[in-house]
Amino acid sequence: MFHSLGKYILLLRLSFRRPEKFKVYWAEVMREMVSVGIGSLGIISIISVFIGAATTIQVAFQLSSPLVPRSIAGSIARDSTILEFSPTISALVLAGRVGSSIASQIGTMRVTEQIDALEIMGVNAPGYLIAPKIIAGMAMVPLLVIVSIALGITGGYIACLASGDVTPADYLVGVHDGFDGLTVRVALVKAVVFGFIIASICAYQGFYTSGGALEVGQSATKGVVYSCVMILFADLVITRIML
Amino acid sequence: MIEIKDIYKTFGDNDVLKGISATFQTGKNNLIIGGSGSGKTTLLKCIVGLHEPTKGDVFFEEENFTDMDFEQRVPIRTQIGMLFQNSALFDSMTVEENIMFPLNLFTKQTKAEKLDRANFCLERVNLAGKNKLFPAELSGGMKKRVGIARAISMQPKYLFVDEPNSGLDPKTSILIDELIDELTKEYEITTVVVTHDMNSVMGIGDNIIFLHQGQKWWEGSNKEIAHTDNKELNDFVFASKFMQAAKSKL
Ligand SMILES: Nc1ncnc2c1ncn2[C@@H]1O[C@H](COP(=O)(O)OP(=O)(O)OP(=O)(O)O)[C@@H](O)[C@H]1O
Ligand SMILES: [Mg+2]
Repeated sequence: MFHSLGKYILLLRLSFRRPEKFKVYWAEVMREMVSVGIGSLGIISIISVFIGAATTIQVAFQLSSPLVPRSIAGSIARDSTILEFSPTISALVLAGRVGSSIASQIGTMRVTEQIDALEIMGVNAPGYLIAPKIIAGMAMVPLLVIVSIALGITGGYIACLASGDVTPADYLVGVHDGFDGLTVRVALVKAVVFGFIIASICAYQGFYTSGGALEVGQSATKGVVYSCVMILFADLVITRIML
Repeated sequence: MIEIKDIYKTFGDNDVLKGISATFQTGKNNLIIGGSGSGKTTLLKCIVGLHEPTKGDVFFEEENFTDMDFEQRVPIRTQIGMLFQNSALFDSMTVEENIMFPLNLFTKQTKAEKLDRANFCLERVNLAGKNKLFPAELSGGMKKRVGIARAISMQPKYLFVDEPNSGLDPKTSILIDELIDELTKEYEITTVVVTHDMNSVMGIGDNIIFLHQGQKWWEGSNKEIAHTDNKELNDFVFASKFMQAAKSKL
């Protein structure tokens, strides 16, 4: 356990050593950003609308007392979407989609000696393979979370239109009422941290794969499981510190 | 010149190399031969630092490579070209990108110069025009040859090739041997070739090391190998009927 932690930290330090040639690394960062960002836009959009809608309906159901104004449902749904559902669920989904591909890509390169080939050329393999992915993760997950928040709130609106538990007008009033910029900042901090967790843990699992195709699969699974656990743990810590 | 001194390598309780010392001269084809599983690849990887030897040292021109850390090794590494036994091509890149990859990272050449170099290397391994193919679209023998093209793209001072002819037809195989020999002599490269191809041994073996039971069992040139009375080496080299017939004519 402590041994792995040490190896993980050492690998991260190696990853952020000065690159041999900046241009080549920059091209890698761009490629990874496109693959993480554009590649995940579809799935993030779909789940966000559903989550927003479900949250709104559920809050409306729980607030069936005539004493509270119906618009409160909008405020509560908004805050839960921004603070918790969008960043966390997006990150869990991204761990499955992006994380597993990072782990299996690097793992395959390890077992087919492509990483050895890099090393022989004098390339700092962790730097070339891992750093661009971490940078891309930390840059793109926040963007995806912003998209997710916007679509989640839209999803709530659609739910109001469709179900009529809360009128769309009430919902919109609620969404506007008492909006605090802090919630968005918390969401973005979470997103950056989650992006880092997904890319670094999965890259670590891939990098230290040994064996063959079977082990590559196991590394991908481990990468996803560990990053999910760490995402939820970090979620708790950040929420506790910032709120 | 590369010198290895008393190299030991152990995996778990499997003692693969047990004290190997040798000198690989510049401008010579140094061959490492031995049965499957005798530790040829392991020795090659110990020399280039992909495996840390359990014990022993490797010297590149008098400099102790084993003691160096990653950064110190880089200047030597950029002078190393290596072909892996399974080629180890970057499968997210085309043939051309594979060959140009070290040039991109370590040289200031223009795009056109790099492309020229890639084309030149591809021509040398008889693969002109295959620039845009991906490794997945190549046959095993073609991968080997792209691996060689990549290994020579930086004009290495040290060339390590692990079974360059496995999977090649006899004609291409000779072409590759000739290429290795030519480069070695022309550019004064220190070349280490792992092989069990007897044609290569007889054709280009300036200096041959025979590994057996984790030890350097025999060392000599291709002229000497035909007349050795070393039993294990004889069993190895003249295992085939064809080689036995050839021997009687020598
Ligand atoms: N990474 C490793 N971990 C554990 N054992 C290994 C490893 N690499 C090689 N070995 C063991 O070392 C021995 C020598 O393997 P090596 O690959 O060097 O053989 P070789 O001479 O290259 O054989 P071949 O001609 O079949 O390629 C084998 O017994 C193998 O099981
Ligand atoms: Mg081998």
